Amino acid sequence: MGLAKRIIPCLDVENGRVVKGVNFVEIRDAGDPVEIARRYNEQGADEITFLDITASHEGRDTTVHTVEKIAEQVFIPLTVGGGIREVSDIRTMLNAGADKVSINTAAIHNPDLVRDAADRFGSQCIVVAIDAKRVEDVDGRPRWEIFTHGGRKPTGIDAVAWASKMAEFGAGEILLTSMDRDGTKNGFELGVTRAITDAVDIPVIASGGVGTLDHLVDGIVLGGADAVLAASIFHFGEFTVPQAKAYMAQRGIEVRL
Amino acid sequence: MTGTVAVIDYGMGNLHSVASALEHVGADDVIVTHDAELLRSADRVVFPGVGAIRDCMAEIRRLHCDELLTTALVEQHKPVLAICVGMQALMTRSQENGGVDCLDILDGEVRFFGKGLHEQSGERLKVPHMGWNRVSQTRTHPLWQGIEDGSRFYFVHSYHVVAQDRELVAGSAHYGVEVDAALARDNLFAVQFHPEKSDTAGLQLLRNFLHWNGQC
Repeated sequence: MGLAKRIIPCLDVENGRVVKGVNFVEIRDAGDPVEIARRYNEQGADEITFLDITASHEGRDTTVHTVEKIAEQVFIPLTVGGGIREVSDIRTMLNAGADKVSINTAAIHNPDLVRDAADRFGSQCIVVAIDAKRVEDVDGRPRWEIFTHGGRKPTGIDAVAWASKMAEFGAGEILLTSMDRDGTKNGFELGVTRAITDAVDIPVIASGGVGTLDHLVDGIVLGGADAVLAASIFHFGEFTVPQAKAYMAQRGIEVRL
Repeated sequence: MTGTVAVIDYGMGNLHSVASALEHVGADDVIVTHDAELLRSADRVVFPGVGAIRDCMAEIRRLHCDELLTTALVEQHKPVLAICVGMQALMTRSQENGGVDCLDILDGEVRFFGKGLHEQSGERLKVPHMGWNRVSQTRTHPLWQGIEDGSRFYFVHSYHVVAQDRELVAGSAHYGVEVDAALARDNLFAVQFHPEKSDTAGLQLLRNFLHWNGQC
């Protein structure tokens, strides 16, 4: 009896609308992030992650407004990521009602942002997102490197070492996405998941590649993750959150039912 | 009639979640403030908090929120609900930030979970204690009404309260060590978890608070 492993549906939002579509049967507006977030809350999701992929500056105001709307109606933790560049962006999102803010590329350009943000707002609300891709060492052994720009641009930074550094800088949680697996439905990249969960003392969310309920189980049992994040298996109604939780419970994983 | 609920604002973090959750469960009026007059006329008070204790204590003292809280609690006997760092601030002292003196309204210490935290089974535990944990209701209390014993609430903290007087413990969680999840004394109820983020169980606790007369 203890802490439950978390299941976190993720919404990709552009200009205030959910992209990649959501295909719930009884939903009125499949593009409305507020309605979808509320639906996941009702299904028993443990948290919701909102990934803003809006490029334009004007669009960011829409995002803030959407976060406010969700926070008024959803009473589980909400993480907002995407486009967070400075401390003021973090403050804006927290004031809008986000409980945590996820920092990705900006942490690579300016690691001190993580330290400053954790000092100012507390580690509990600072998530560092890591997009890792498998590469081979000269001797052919696998290692994982951080990539930016949707997995196109290598940084030369070792993902495991980076996770440890970010934990030291005050991150409260790591959101690890395998760029090799994202969108493939082949399951999490368990090697890097295990390497990072072993390396850091803070919780790790596994992301990228979920296609079946067994993948969720593997992320926790084999990868050692504290939470699993998925988008499409929930969006397209293949599985509901309660189905995922029931399956995980059956496999001996402690979940909130 | 729930009357006016004042959420004490000392500038640390987002208080809208607490306010909107209170509104959602039927509060007549919610104000987020550190104005002495508004707090004095409120019917019940919420003392929230997020972030590091040193900064929180500094702002609490600078804005005289300590005095305002004492007035509500001791002189006016209003129902008061403290949440997360708000609960920790009530204790004698915290180990965070190299050691910080707190309000000493409740006897006890706020301790770090520690590096290398393990469950007895050997399972390694991450810090912060982040997520949904079970809370055992160690005594009956009006704020537990309608909430099943052992319900899960959302926690996120690296330091935990250890009350000196164990009689005050109203709820307990386990995470490597025993965590004082809820303390109760007279018209004061303090919780380490976030009821405003704890779905139906948390909303029920807030609803109970809105109808609580401050007796237990």
